[in-house]
Amino acid sequence: MDNLLSIITFIPAVAAIIMALFLRGDDAAAQNNAKWLALLATTATFLVSLFLLAGFDPANTGMQFVEEYDWILGLNYKMGVDGISILFVMLTTFLMPITIASCWDVKVRVKEYMIAFLLLETLMLGVFCALDLVLFYLFFEAGLIPMFLIIGIWGGKERIYAAFKFFLYTFLGSVLMLVAMITMYWAAGTTDIPTLLTHNFSSETFSLFGISITGGLQTMLFLAFFASFAVKMPMWPVHTWLPDAHVQAPTAGSVVLAAILLKMGGYGFLRFSLPMFPVGADVMAPLVLWLSAIAIVYTSLVALAQQDMKKLIAYSSVAHMGYVTMGIFSANQQGVDGAIFQMISHGFISGALFLCVGVIYDRMHTREIDAYGGLVNRMPAYAMIFMFFTMANVGLPGTSGFIGEFLVLVGVFQVNTWVALVATTGVILSASYGLYLYRRVVMGDLIKEALKSITDMSRREKAIFAPLVVMTLLLGVYPVLVTDIIGPSVTALVTDYQAAIPVSGDAQLAQH
Amino acid sequence: MATIILLAPLVGALICGFGWRLLGERAGQVIATALVFLAALLSWIIFLTFDGETYRVVLLRWIESGSLGTEWAIRMDRLTAIMLVVVTSVSALVHLYSFGYMAHDDNWGPHEPYRARFFAYLSFFTFAMLTLVTADNLVQMFFGWEGVGVASYLLIGFYYKKPSANAAAMKAFIVNRVGDFGFALGILGLFLLTDSIRFDEVFAAAPALADTDITFLWTQWNAANLIGVLLFIGAMGKSAQLFLHTWLPDAMEGPTPVSALIHAATMVTAGVFLVCRMSPVYEYAPQALAFITVLGACTAFVAATIGLVQNDIKRVIAYSTMSQLGYMFVAAGVGAYPVAMFHLFTHAFFKAMLFLGAGSVIHATHHEQDMRNYGGLRKKIPLTFWAMLIGTLAITGVGIPLTYLGFAGFLSKDAVIESAYVGNTGAFWMLIVAACFTSFYSWRLMFLTFFGENRAGSVGHGHAGHGHGHDDHHHEPHESPMIMLIPLGVLALGSVFSGMIWYKVFFGDEVAVRDWFGMEAAAHGEAHGEAHGAADAAGHSAEAPAAATGNTAAATGDTAAAPATEAPAAGAAAAEAAPEEAHSASAPPKGALVMLPFTEAEQALVDAKLDPKKVESAEHAPTTIINAAHLVPAWVKVAPFIAMLIGLFTAWMFYIRNPSLPARLAANQRPLYLFLLNKWYFDELYDWAFVRPAKWLSNFLWKRGDGAVIDGSINGVAMGIIPMLTRLAGRAQSGYVFHYAFAMVLGIVALIAWVTLSGAQ
Repeated sequence: MDNLLSIITFIPAVAAIIMALFLRGDDAAAQNNAKWLALLATTATFLVSLFLLAGFDPANTGMQFVEEYDWILGLNYKMGVDGISILFVMLTTFLMPITIASCWDVKVRVKEYMIAFLLLETLMLGVFCALDLVLFYLFFEAGLIPMFLIIGIWGGKERIYAAFKFFLYTFLGSVLMLVAMITMYWAAGTTDIPTLLTHNFSSETFSLFGISITGGLQTMLFLAFFASFAVKMPMWPVHTWLPDAHVQAPTAGSVVLAAILLKMGGYGFLRFSLPMFPVGADVMAPLVLWLSAIAIVYTSLVALAQQDMKKLIAYSSVAHMGYVTMGIFSANQQGVDGAIFQMISHGFISGALFLCVGVIYDRMHTREIDAYGGLVNRMPAYAMIFMFFTMANVGLPGTSGFIGEFLVLVGVFQVNTWVALVATTGVILSASYGLYLYRRVVMGDLIKEALKSITDMSRREKAIFAPLVVMTLLLGVYPVLVTDIIGPSVTALVTDYQAAIPVSGDAQLAQH
Repeated sequence: MATIILLAPLVGALICGFGWRLLGERAGQVIATALVFLAALLSWIIFLTFDGETYRVVLLRWIESGSLGTEWAIRMDRLTAIMLVVVTSVSALVHLYSFGYMAHDDNWGPHEPYRARFFAYLSFFTFAMLTLVTADNLVQMFFGWEGVGVASYLLIGFYYKKPSANAAAMKAFIVNRVGDFGFALGILGLFLLTDSIRFDEVFAAAPALADTDITFLWTQWNAANLIGVLLFIGAMGKSAQLFLHTWLPDAMEGPTPVSALIHAATMVTAGVFLVCRMSPVYEYAPQALAFITVLGACTAFVAATIGLVQNDIKRVIAYSTMSQLGYMFVAAGVGAYPVAMFHLFTHAFFKAMLFLGAGSVIHATHHEQDMRNYGGLRKKIPLTFWAMLIGTLAITGVGIPLTYLGFAGFLSKDAVIESAYVGNTGAFWMLIVAACFTSFYSWRLMFLTFFGENRAGSVGHGHAGHGHGHDDHHHEPHESPMIMLIPLGVLALGSVFSGMIWYKVFFGDEVAVRDWFGMEAAAHGEAHGEAHGAADAAGHSAEAPAAATGNTAAATGDTAAAPATEAPAAGAAAAEAAPEEAHSASAPPKGALVMLPFTEAEQALVDAKLDPKKVESAEHAPTTIINAAHLVPAWVKVAPFIAMLIGLFTAWMFYIRNPSLPARLAANQRPLYLFLLNKWYFDELYDWAFVRPAKWLSNFLWKRGDGAVIDGSINGVAMGIIPMLTRLAGRAQSGYVFHYAFAMVLGIVALIAWVTLSGAQ
């Protein structure tokens, strides 16, 4: 199958088009058809993507499953995956059926809702597969639109404000990235990503408006991409769109946003910033490490003060993304392995946590922590699953959450012990806000009158959580499933990076 | 066999936790208990037949990233064997006991099943504890470490309807996390320094650590000392040492069998185990050891003072546990690791028994825990009384001075105190005073509970949530059922005999101790470091424990304990696998522990303290702590016994002879009394110093930081248009959003077109 990647990427889009063209009406039957079709399409995508995983050769660190065609306006259509991107593809295809299944009870504009998610899946997959700058940019930016719609149409009361905040924040970053891409094309003469990966961008120091810029062009390009990816991650201090977006987004929207969309930033760092602009990355790395460490402590503290469950989990997401950027910019094997692992694991865990909120939001229509308490008395299954994912979020060994955090900390400790120390306080803070939330929502006696008739999870809800529980445990107990796939590619990435930067980094390591 | 021991409790936990709906609660409980008993039986077989030769069973690959490699594996050596017995035995007995104790519980309504959940948690705890003690690398140990933390969290918060239980559970987990913070940093540091986290490779590199400096935070540190202290911070959390101890008394919110198993016999001793396990590193970290000694001694003392005045029977025993843990750390801190393990071993028996006995009392008095409401129970619950009496005799250290006849605590505690005398005189005196206090509060507990008049109902209840009408009518206290008394009997046997039986191998002749732990005979090297390590390497590389071959075995995913015939190859593999720093000592030390001989400076100090006559008549020169501890002057050996008598006599004066004395003293010395009653105000101090500032800061960062500064400036400058847009959109129905989206698409298309067109030129 020469065009496996394209098939995977466009199955959802085709399903969306079929739905748009052939599904008529808004009665219960049509809604049902739309949901089943979406579930079918996403499941099919997942099943087909398993061939991708089966055919992938981890030892080969180059691009695999490459497809290349001429496209409109002299542009190239080029797709491919390597050890760094393949697991993001798998994560996306794995989570989408779960996401679709989680919005089974939506009643408003079901068909459009499903179309939005299907298009979103195609665009997200495109981001991870694209091997051409323009193609990447197209997928990357267009991905905003379905998400924007999901928040803006199916969201909560303040949805318009949140949607615009989300859109403008991320879009402003993208403009800078666009400028950088034009510069890259101008400097390298191609938009082909594999070629750009081996291109040496100038790192001569030059001065701009009287400021001397170390690392020259590379630093400038790095900063431009950084503006986009940092917002997407999101990194402190450009994270404030995320809590608002999450709070207003419908449950399924939150799941996709936290579990997959945020990973685009991390993926971008790994695909562009580190390998293409190593000198620039090296110049900026200390700053990024510190921003990450601050993010972990700052947002964990802020999470502690939240009254809204979704906001709390959103802030916790920001803290966990702090580990990701920290791992990436420690630029050693453990750090980068850990960062990728953390992104995959966070996909399962944060997705599950937002689903947990969704379960009780569907019943009580409030996210206020104070409105709950003592749920364990009537919802034992829910209490258990929520406990499991709270602990996974806290980074309990045996769950996937631990492996990522641990590897990142191992990585960053080799680079900067201060940052490692500050970041490690995250283990205390995450336990604090996680257990504090759990205690207020689930523990205690069931006193509130409104909760007295609340029901435990239905079979459908349990089935949604089952694969997430399995993956979280499996990767926690047997993480080589992931590290075997990403390892060689990461080794190549790190080796090239260390070779490209001027002495300092190596010397620092050798000291010990 | 080790694999079965490890996995049996996990299987039990899963069957009981998830299968009870199918099998019935009773069947779930029975299966969980039976599997733990199986594990206990196998543990005793291993313990009694183990030959001291370290071996390793690889189960599964785990974290691998670059040079970082770990497996799920079992490391079997003497330390592990001891811990296996302690953990599985106490756990099995506690499971059995819980059948009776948890049979009826007023915290639950008639239709609320809780027993299967309780047993599943207990079994899960046992599994986590077993992974901790069988770990062959630091990260797996950390897994067990956190696993027991979670089990402890779940069990402390078992009565989830009680707010106090929930608060205590959370506090336990978070305070432990503070310790884990140090532990994690220690692991990170060790990996940076030795490029490995497998015990064998770390131990092989340990001698080199003493000569390495590491830049950590603002300055240079000696690597071994830094790692030692960081790991010990983890131990402080788990073992409730001073400053990180505040969770332990609150943890008594959990059901009493939990207190016996987790918060007395097993989990809280994990810190001591950690220090002993890491002895090959600590032996090269004198300052870290000194820190451990001092902190252990302070803990023993402070906890004992608080224990003097507490009224809740479980809290008294909790502070007593904390104090005894301090003893163990002192022993480990002066380098007498076998002694620390000895006290850990005996303490598990008598402390578990005291807790289970207390549970029996509480059960008999219908969940009354305030000792002021007891009194005269000796006649009502005679069997419990005898069990508690044996426990008290054991913990206070009753025996015949200058002989080896006595209750378990007599032998092990005196061994600790003698070692402390050799290692650190200040710690020695603190332990003597603490021994006196121990005796006082233990007897106070006995006298208040079992002697005098019955004072049921004389003091109001400080704790809510019983849901049971104590104050309306009082049941007659009744003896507990046999299923609770049998475990008490077994533990009583342990409390009496475990000290005498295993005295020789833990703290007897040095040769016997070394042989038992599989250590090499004491090398009479001149000093620490290179020479010693090189000698080790030369002498024993052929016998190098096969652990290093685990690398290759693991790589192929095999389950293999490499046989001894492969040893030369193993030695070579170890040499290759070991990091560069460790050229001088490529083979890990033999056996479970490392005890280096004294340096010259230490030797001079030690010689001055010992009894010269004994030294002369001894066959061996006192070059190590175990040897030296046997040669202390006679008064040192008798001192703890005298301290015990003083405590006993005072308690008798206060609570039998003249019961009005305590109240008068408390009134006279009110500030001191309140200071002790309020546990040195640690909780209040922490609330003021950490909890409140954290809350304030989190609110501040949220409202001011995120709200005003970030959103204010970023939005204000860059997104001044938002209010305008929202005003527009506010009127709009959701359908209009499609228009905005369409505009976005157009924008993107326009941009792309511009890029391609301008780029094509």
